[in-house]
Amino acid sequence: MFIEKLKEAVRKILPEVDVVIGYRQGFDPLHATPYFLDKPEQVDQLIWNPLCVQNLCSYIPFLKGKVGVIVKGCDSRAIVQYMQEKLITRENIKVIGVPCLRVISVKKVMAAINQQTVQEVTFEGDNIIVKIPEGPKTIPSADVAPRKCATCQLATPLQYDVLAGEAIQSNKPQDTFEETKEFEKLSLEERRAYWEKEFDRCIRCYACRNACPMCICQDKCIAESRDPHWTSQRANVTEKAMFHMIHGLHLAGRCISCEECERVCPMDIPVAKIKKKISMDLKELFGYEAGMNPDDTPPMYTFKVEEATIEEHEI
Amino acid sequence: MSYLAGKELRIVGFLCNWCSYGGADTAGVGRFKQPTDLRIIRVPCSGRVNPLFVVKALLNGADGVLVSGCHPRDCHYSDGNFYARRRLEMLKRLLPFLGIDERRFHYTWVSASEGARWKNVVTDFTKAIHELGPFHQKEEKTECS
Repeated sequence: MFIEKLKEAVRKILPEVDVVIGYRQGFDPLHATPYFLDKPEQVDQLIWNPLCVQNLCSYIPFLKGKVGVIVKGCDSRAIVQYMQEKLITRENIKVIGVPCLRVISVKKVMAAINQQTVQEVTFEGDNIIVKIPEGPKTIPSADVAPRKCATCQLATPLQYDVLAGEAIQSNKPQDTFEETKEFEKLSLEERRAYWEKEFDRCIRCYACRNACPMCICQDKCIAESRDPHWTSQRANVTEKAMFHMIHGLHLAGRCISCEECERVCPMDIPVAKIKKKISMDLKELFGYEAGMNPDDTPPMYTFKVEEATIEEHEI
Repeated sequence: MSYLAGKELRIVGFLCNWCSYGGADTAGVGRFKQPTDLRIIRVPCSGRVNPLFVVKALLNGADGVLVSGCHPRDCHYSDGNFYARRRLEMLKRLLPFLGIDERRFHYTWVSASEGARWKNVVTDFTKAIHELGPFHQKEEKTECS
């Protein structure tokens, strides 16, 4: 059983570190929740299944001492990006890698079962079987997977100290930014109307920022500061758009496309779309992808005297 | 309301202290005739210009934003405008994605001696913004009061 291998790995690492971050079951069988453990008897509470969606790396820059963390392929890009930006000391982090082909979006499952109470969840092959009062419902995992899983190249984490299970290769196609290019075909007015409608729903709960592994300013975020006063408390689209621009632009060249922002959004605003557009441009201009190689320098932290890809603009 | 209301648009210019601000001064000393829509904000270096300055200006009432610094390799702080170039290029590409016409934002390089070039930049940019018209047509939605 895979879970036994994972528990074994955690047991082995536990004496070397102050805390291990993993997953345990949340308030119902459909929800996994982050779990911080420091005692061997807590290890049995650990779980691993495609519902373990959270990016646990987000906690690391704020923890002192040695930390063990369970990391999926997509999450491992956060570790690499932290290394690039020197936000962590790699020696202090024990990474327990888990191979993963696909996670499952809780929102999509809940939509598929009409928000009914979940009594039990089991996994069989490539299907998730959700037991609701009406009886068990079988849903193919691919139908309820988040968007990022369709083009995931990192079935095995980029960085790990211990790998629970076997290293596997991804069988998915590369991301070609089809959705972004499709959106760019709309007219300017349509795009503006689209974002006005989307941003209007924003309740400025800052969940997208709080969940973001690269939003390391947190309590010092300029979106909440009075001095400088970037955004006011007014509840209009301008302020909301401004907040999303702060979030988007501060992640230029740093966003690792984990799409946590979109997963946690209570209003279903496609916030990752902006970041995806920026990532696409960065790849085009500087051939850079965030969180892939610890030796890279983020493109906004450096420059070339002659920029081959940037042309002067005419008015 | 000033008598220019309706005729004039709001254009914000971020100019670096060492080159473009000097260039604008040279244009003034040379008594070149320029449109008066541009309001200049002097910054130490084009590298000081956070792309969010531009976004904030555009979202809060500006019809156009112009950023100007020293020519590449001429930066007073040797590399500020190289960083600015990367940042502003990213912003230039992002704005149309959000439905803001990219022509409303322009970044360029003007040195302190290029008074005539400055005059042309201001004239052309102001003309382009007037062709696009005001950015904020309708009054903003009712706010929580």
